Amino acid sequence: MAKLEVQHLNKTYGRTIVPVKDMSFTVDDGEFLTLVGPSGCGKSTTLRMVAGLEQPTSGRVMIGEKDVTHVGAGDRNIAMVFQSYALYPHMTVYDNMASGLKLRNMSTAAIQDRVADATRVLGLNDLLNRKPAKLSGGQRQRVALGRALVRRPDVFLLDEPLSNLDALLREQVRADLKQIFDAQSTPVVYVTHDQTEAMTLSTKVAVLHEGNVQQLDSPRNIYDRPANRFVAGFIGSPQMNLFHLSCEGNAAVLGNSRLRLPDRFAPPPEAVLGIRPEHVRIARPEDTETLEGKVFLVEHLGMSNLLSIQVKDSDLRVRALLPSDQTWSDEITLALPSQHRHWFHVQTGDRFPDAVPSRVS
Amino acid sequence: MTTTQKPMVASSNPTNIRPTWVQITLWVAIAFILIFSLGPVLWELLTSIKTNEAITTDPVVYIPALDQYTFQHYIDLFARNHFHRYLFNSAFVAIISTVLCLCIGAPAAYALARLRIPGEQIILAVVLVVTLFPYILLFLGLLELVRAAGLANNYLALIIPYTAINLPLTILVMRSFFQQLPRDLEDSAKVDGYNTLQMLQQIVLPMTLPALATTGILAFIFAWNEYIFALTFITRESMQTVPVAAAQLAGTTLFDIPYGPLAAATIVGTLPLILLVLFFQRQIVQGLTSGSVKG
Ligand SMILES: Nc1ncnc2c1ncn2[C@@H]1O[C@H](COP(=O)(O)OP(=O)(O)OP(=O)(O)O)[C@@H](O)[C@H]1O
Ligand SMILES: [Mg+2]
Repeated sequence: MAKLEVQHLNKTYGRTIVPVKDMSFTVDDGEFLTLVGPSGCGKSTTLRMVAGLEQPTSGRVMIGEKDVTHVGAGDRNIAMVFQSYALYPHMTVYDNMASGLKLRNMSTAAIQDRVADATRVLGLNDLLNRKPAKLSGGQRQRVALGRALVRRPDVFLLDEPLSNLDALLREQVRADLKQIFDAQSTPVVYVTHDQTEAMTLSTKVAVLHEGNVQQLDSPRNIYDRPANRFVAGFIGSPQMNLFHLSCEGNAAVLGNSRLRLPDRFAPPPEAVLGIRPEHVRIARPEDTETLEGKVFLVEHLGMSNLLSIQVKDSDLRVRALLPSDQTWSDEITLALPSQHRHWFHVQTGDRFPDAVPSRVS
Repeated sequence: MTTTQKPMVASSNPTNIRPTWVQITLWVAIAFILIFSLGPVLWELLTSIKTNEAITTDPVVYIPALDQYTFQHYIDLFARNHFHRYLFNSAFVAIISTVLCLCIGAPAAYALARLRIPGEQIILAVVLVVTLFPYILLFLGLLELVRAAGLANNYLALIIPYTAINLPLTILVMRSFFQQLPRDLEDSAKVDGYNTLQMLQQIVLPMTLPALATTGILAFIFAWNEYIFALTFITRESMQTVPVAAAQLAGTTLFDIPYGPLAAATIVGTLPLILLVLFFQRQIVQGLTSGSVKG
């Protein structure tokens, strides 16, 4: 078992093409790190550098305290699942899984053992003698996974392994993946741009943007306390409401209501307010800071209704997610619970430091 | 019930008739194209198995009668003209130059497709320009070279030019083939622990076979049919190739054109190519890469 450590990784292709700027993270045994971010943010490039398929311009990759930055991909003892599965088309399912082991001069009996183990977990027993062309997408995906599992590597790397599956299958395989990797104590690095996968599978999530780690934290914290405006907008569906507001004293102005800023720091002239649609609710009599508006669009999502509301005396629009059994009138009064408000700096986009007592002096 | 069935019957009639008309037209067209393109070949074939009298009689004999069939032309070809020798020469030259062409061209194409070589565009442009030259233009220069190198009446005098002429096309075709091979497969092989040589042999090569077969056949056909070089660089009779030997078939007198033996030589010279294409047609399994990657 080995810990994966990535230190200040940088990849520069050209003066203006720097897909990975400064990337550092560690993945311990039993940890599942997900790299998530928009297209082109350098996820695959990072993963390929960890795999040894791409040489970093600077920085180090350590596996189990050993510097492997200049070690070839085949000698790092890692296994990788590609988005395209990359099965060898001229080999049967069995040979696809066994080929990596044969190269390591493992005995046939041991290879058969390992393949049998993997096929049992993945339910591939009946397909061992087929060629990849005669498999369905989901089956190919499982063979690709099996090829990684039989290797019993020090680190698993997966690059968007589910993105070629249809929605229903993806959900099912996602659950299988979680089970399989929970049973292993090998570090896993998983690349996706699907935030549901990131939230459900991982123990740690790294949100990437423009070649930098924006936040590296547990899925809970990424959702509850996004470190900056980008993370706030990227994680969560439907997207978080983000408003650029001007401030008067220690309150931000939204429509004709005043929202109190968190205490204990000098109030800025402007701030960005974030609040998730699922946290916006219809105001109750006891609420003080309420917001009036007019519903102009309703989207039924099954479990809930997504309301788009034009704020009164303002051109801002709020989206609110209400349980489907709740009723409302077109002229609506909303409450934005203060414990669910996120405040961000206008220029840097960073989260305002929370009013933690220890920070006060 | 009957009222609803009537219109159905009525409407099914024209739909039954129309496809047959379409089919008839289709088959007529197919037959016409077949006769049009295979006619000359068929004529050669028939000529090669007709007796000399049947070839030269005045009302042209299209389909020979039973007593007008003969295999004498073929027997003469091998017994009198030693055609097996020329067949061997042609096969030897064509096979060696094809193999050389693939062995040099495929690795070059792979390097051009996969490595980031400085000046790659220039190399490609040069390769492309070479294919634009009519090869006849090179002929005189090559003749001097062959003389200077003392290669006249040596198989190498044909093998080297054939290989060189076929290389550009091989490189261009193979390069575009390698480019559309998914790169992930090679990456996957590297992660699995294949070294470069093993990867090329065990992963890339098996997927490349269809493209190799296709370009190989083209190179082979060129080398097999080539006439000018073979005529001038090889003067010793025992080393001539099939096209040259066929052209030099002589009748018994100066004015006697040996139609029968000529036709037989043409058929014998074409047969290996037809067999080759038929054989590899089964090897070129379409979509060999399908299933390795999705999308
Ligand atoms: N060989 C290369 N040469 C130049 N630029 C490259 C090269 N490979 C990748 N890039 C650039 O690096 C950036 C990051 O690419 P990368 O594949 O890591 O994105 P990604 O985060 O995996 O995106 P996606 O979600 O679409 O897969 C892209 O802008 C891409 O154009
Ligand atoms: Mg990618």
